[in-house]
Amino acid sequence: MSGLTLAKRKVIWAYIFLLIPIIFFAYIRIYPTLSAFQMSLYDYNPLSEEQPFVGLANYEELFDELSNPRSVTTAAFRNSAVYVALGVPLQLLLALGIALMLNEIRIFGTIYRLFFFLPFVTSTIAIAWVFRMLYQPQFGVFNVLLQAFSLPQQPFLKSPQQALPSILAMVIWQGLGFAIIIFLAGLKQIPRTYYDAAQVDGASRWQSFRQITLPLLNPSIIYLLVLQTISFLRMFAPVYAMTDQGSGGPLNSTTTVVLRVYREAFQGLNMGYAASLTVVLFGIIMSITVIQMFVSNRLVKT
Amino acid sequence: MATIAQRRKSLFESDSRPTRIRGDWKYKAFSYLVLTLIAFTMVVPFMWMISTSFKPVTEITKSNFFPIDATVDNYGEVLFNTELPRWYLNSIVVAVMTTVSVAFFDSLAGYVFAKYEFPGKRIIFILILSSLMIPTEMLIIPWYIMSVHPIIGSSWVDTYWGIAFPGMITAAGIFLMRQFMQGVPDELLDAGRIDGVSEFGLYWRIAVPLSLPAIGALCIFNFLGNWNAFIWPLIVTSSQKMFTLPVGIQFFSTESGSDWHLIMTGATLSVVPLLLIVIFFQRYIIEGIALTGLKG
Repeated sequence: MSGLTLAKRKVIWAYIFLLIPIIFFAYIRIYPTLSAFQMSLYDYNPLSEEQPFVGLANYEELFDELSNPRSVTTAAFRNSAVYVALGVPLQLLLALGIALMLNEIRIFGTIYRLFFFLPFVTSTIAIAWVFRMLYQPQFGVFNVLLQAFSLPQQPFLKSPQQALPSILAMVIWQGLGFAIIIFLAGLKQIPRTYYDAAQVDGASRWQSFRQITLPLLNPSIIYLLVLQTISFLRMFAPVYAMTDQGSGGPLNSTTTVVLRVYREAFQGLNMGYAASLTVVLFGIIMSITVIQMFVSNRLVKT
Repeated sequence: MATIAQRRKSLFESDSRPTRIRGDWKYKAFSYLVLTLIAFTMVVPFMWMISTSFKPVTEITKSNFFPIDATVDNYGEVLFNTELPRWYLNSIVVAVMTTVSVAFFDSLAGYVFAKYEFPGKRIIFILILSSLMIPTEMLIIPWYIMSVHPIIGSSWVDTYWGIAFPGMITAAGIFLMRQFMQGVPDELLDAGRIDGVSEFGLYWRIAVPLSLPAIGALCIFNFLGNWNAFIWPLIVTSSQKMFTLPVGIQFFSTESGSDWHLIMTGATLSVVPLLLIVIFFQRYIIEGIALTGLKG
């Protein structure tokens, strides 16, 4: 290669270095994505000899089920929507409150951060099982506490009404640390002088928060809104670990879209239908991302 | 590099802000009180888990916080009568495999995107980044079919490669490394070229040493992510011998009931390496998240 110019040699080396990553992304990421779209058009069962092409039949089945309010698929989409609608705002509010307080204190700040951060890095499965034990009737900590205050025992995970909020509480708790760190990073970017100026002008703490902190924290809030919405939409492990045999019960009251995908594809071997579910999930996540780009672009302009 | 260094500085330098004057101590006292309460709720579940792992089986369903007759029997049972040691080994193998691969390929690809000009650069970079928008859940079904009928070798199901392959190179890591490698001075690389250093040598002996903090943060995240990964290992392993820790812990619960003492002991053991990583690398992890928004 010594006869080549330096620029040409660099081009060749760039391709050589990128060879394995390009093959990897083409074969492990892009091809399976297209493959999922394709599978959703087939009655795909890995055990049968033939995989007949069925056109949009899987999607028709999906929307038929969605029009039936009592079907499992409807329950899955409804629950996922509830997880997002309750989980994201609650988690962000809590995290913002904690971050604001952490931002004020100086002594032991690192220790506190370590504590808040611990659940986030721990395996969801381990944590989910610990909470499942805490929620147990009779010997679970929550019921022991209720008993200590002579309050009635609660079924928590065993009740169709209480199971979803119980799981949601654990997920919010576990993800707090991440949101806190993003908020803290955002708070540190706000120049201190703004607050000093506001104080000189006689602004109250609340006014400073409303007029300075909140608007300048906007990028962090939007970022977390999108990221946490997607992560609550994709919820699987907590529900799998905290319900009996990973069923999403009792009575499908906690099941999620991804749990439905897993059960259809790997327990029902109904992979074509499961693929159509993932395509719908992909569509939802894509729209959220596009809306976010649109909103943050507008915010930057104004 | 400059901006990253500045942001890091602003994030971690000890505060030189002027203290506020009026009514401050009340607010501070309130903050400390609330934060302590919340920190308490963060730690109690872990303490409960650890304390349960030291309880004799008969005490599990009692409500005492600390074990009355503390014992290490549960650890003996888990280590000698279950497959947990094997699951532990599997988790380590998979996490190390992916982390080494990610450290090498992500940094190499990031280096190329930061320092080389070649036809198709933009489109390749965009294609790689766009894979970030595709949820893993969409890929698991095709991955499974690919693992059952792979193009190379026999079935990938129940092998380390099968568990690890989806995470061997990551788009987020390539993006992070590109941002960092852009800070490597071109003069240094050109000087190396004049001295006859090979193109790979420039990457290996100049770019990598200068980017070690970023590569380190990437490694920690990747290790954590793979140690805790659940849905794909659950699907691609079928024999108990190949379970990873999260999949295996699940196995202690059967239709006849849950072996709480085994589950809590297994959970405690699976959390220990994470605790060590967090305690030793807390700064890097928090810094990494704050700078990149990367999620473990």
